[in-house]
Amino acid sequence: MNTYVPILVLGALAAGFAIFSVDMARRTGPKRYNRAKLDAYECGIEPTPQPAGGGRFPIKYYLTAMLFIVFDIEIVFLYPWAVSFDALGLFGLVEMLLFVLTVFVAYAYVWRRGGLEWD
Amino acid sequence: MITPAVSSLPAVQGLAAENLGVFGRDPWWLIIVKAIFCFAFAMLTVLFSIVWERKVVAWMQLRIGPNRHGPWGMLQSLADGVKLMLKEDLVVKGADKVVYILAPIVATIPAFMAFAVIPFGPANNEISIFGTRTPMQLTDLPVGVLYILAVASVGIYGVVLAGWSSGSTYPLLGGLRSTAQMISYEIAMGISFAAVFLYSHSMSTSQIVATQHDKWYVVLLPVSFIVYIVSMVGETNRAPFDLPEAEGELVGGFNTEYSSIKFALFMLAEYVNMVTVSAIATTLFLGGWRAPWPITAFWAGANHGWWPLLWITIKIQLLLFFFIWLRGTLPRMRYDQFMKLGWKVLIPVSMVWLMLVATVRALRNENYDFQRIVLYVGGGVLALLLLSLVVDVFRDRGRREPAESGAPGDRFDPMAGGFPVPPRPGQTLPPVPRRRPRGERQLVNATDTAETADKEQEGDNA
Repeated sequence: MNTYVPILVLGALAAGFAIFSVDMARRTGPKRYNRAKLDAYECGIEPTPQPAGGGRFPIKYYLTAMLFIVFDIEIVFLYPWAVSFDALGLFGLVEMLLFVLTVFVAYAYVWRRGGLEWD
Repeated sequence: MITPAVSSLPAVQGLAAENLGVFGRDPWWLIIVKAIFCFAFAMLTVLFSIVWERKVVAWMQLRIGPNRHGPWGMLQSLADGVKLMLKEDLVVKGADKVVYILAPIVATIPAFMAFAVIPFGPANNEISIFGTRTPMQLTDLPVGVLYILAVASVGIYGVVLAGWSSGSTYPLLGGLRSTAQMISYEIAMGISFAAVFLYSHSMSTSQIVATQHDKWYVVLLPVSFIVYIVSMVGETNRAPFDLPEAEGELVGGFNTEYSSIKFALFMLAEYVNMVTVSAIATTLFLGGWRAPWPITAFWAGANHGWWPLLWITIKIQLLLFFFIWLRGTLPRMRYDQFMKLGWKVLIPVSMVWLMLVATVRALRNENYDFQRIVLYVGGGVLALLLLSLVVDVFRDRGRREPAESGAPGDRFDPMAGGFPVPPRPGQTLPPVPRRRPRGERQLVNATDTAETADKEQEGDNA
C-alpha cells in the first residue's frame, strides 16, 4: 500500500496548485459589472435561452458512449490475459480468439446497422 | 495443466517482483522531494513547450514568433500566465456555479498525476539524494499503465463538466465532441498497450522499460506504435484532431465561457497531457530512459547515474516537436472522417495486430519452427482478405439493385428551374452528352447537308 502514498502526495500537490491559482485569480483580478459580459457567448447577438438541464444533444454521442463501454470492458479482459499470456499457453490464445471473435461479431453488426456512421 | 507452463516462464517474472519491492520505501521527505520534481518537470516542460511551439510554428510560417519577454522570448508563457492571473474572473449568468469553478481543477489534477509512475531512470537504487539511495521514479504499481489510463479518463470529466456547466451552446457542443473523441481513441490506445504487455509480462512501467534492454518495442511492435501515436494525438485534442476547439464552428470549444486563470488551467491541462502521452510513448515503445543505440555502443555508462534523465527528456522533447510539426503541417480533419478513422480503422487494425502478435508468440512458445509460423500467419491473412473480398462483392450487389430499380423513377433535370442546380441526395445527373468522334460528325454533317439539299430540290420541284 506504501506505493500508493506518493501518488496521493503528487495529487495533493497538483490539487493545491489548481485550487490556489483559482482562488488567487478571484482576488487579483478586477471586478467590473457589465450585463452583456455575463451573458453566454453567441456571436454578438442575444443568446438563445437554454432549456433546463442543458437541452437536447444528438443521440450519436450516447451511442458512442455505449460502444465505448463494450470495448473498454473488452480491453479490461485483454490486459490480465496479455500479462500472463506465456503462462496460459495455446489454451489462452484460443480462448481469447473466441472471445474477440464474439465481440467483433457485435462490432460487425453495429457497423452494418450504421452505428459507426457520423452522418 | 497450467503449472508446467508457469515453471517455463522467463526469469523476467521473478525480476518484476524484485524490482517493485524497491518502491514504497522512501522516507517521507524524499517522497515530497520526488513529487515536487515530477510536478516541476511537467510544469517546466509545459512552459518551455508553449514557447517552443509558438517559435516552431512561426518558423514554419516564415514569422519570427515571440521574442520580447526574456532572452529569446523564453519567458513568454510565464508572462501569459501572469497576464491571465490579473484578468477578471468571470462566472457567466447561466452557469452552474459549483461545477463551473470545479471543472478546471478536475481537469488539471489528473493531468499531473500520471507522472507518478513514469520512470526517469533505472529502478535499482542507483542515485542518491541527500545520502538516501532511491529509484529514479516517484512510485510504481503492478498495474502502472492501467493507473495511467484510469487517471487520463478522470481528466475527461473536467472537459465534459466544463462544457455542460457553462450553460451555453458552443461549450456544450465542444465538450460533447471532446468527450466522444477522447473515449473513441482510448479504445485503440488501450488495445495497442495490450501488445506491449504480451512482451513485458507486466503492467508496471519500470518493468516495461526493463524488458526493452535489447530491443525497443517500437521495433517489435511497429503497428502498435503507429496506432498509439495516432490515438495519442486524438486523446490530447491536438491538430489535426483539434475538433473540439475548431474556431470556425465552435468558437473555442468547451472553454469558450472561461476567462482568467481558469482558462489557463485548461490550456495547462492540455499541454501537460501532451507531455504525459509523450512520456508514455517513450516508456512503452521508445525504451524509456535508455540511451539510443549508437551511444550505448561506445559508452557503457550511458544508462547509469543521472544520465537516463537526459535521454528521457530528449525523447519526450522529440515527441513534443512531432506534435508541433503536425500542427504546423496538417489541416484539421472533419468530425465524421475523424470518427471513421477511430472506429473503422484504428480499432480493427490494432485488434487484428494484437491477435497476430499473440498467435506468433504462442506458436513460438510451443516450439513451432518459424517458417511454419509465417505460413500460418500468411495463410490467415490471405483467408481474411479473400473473405472480405467476397463480402464486398455481395455488399456491392445488394447496393446496386435498389439503385437500378429506383433510377428511372426520378429523372433529374438540372435546368428545370431555369438555372442549373446540383442534384439532391438520391438523384443523379443525366449523362453529359459527349462530343462524337470527328469522322462521325463529318458524316452526320454530310447527310444533313445532303438531306437539306434534297429538301430544297423537292421544294424546287414543288
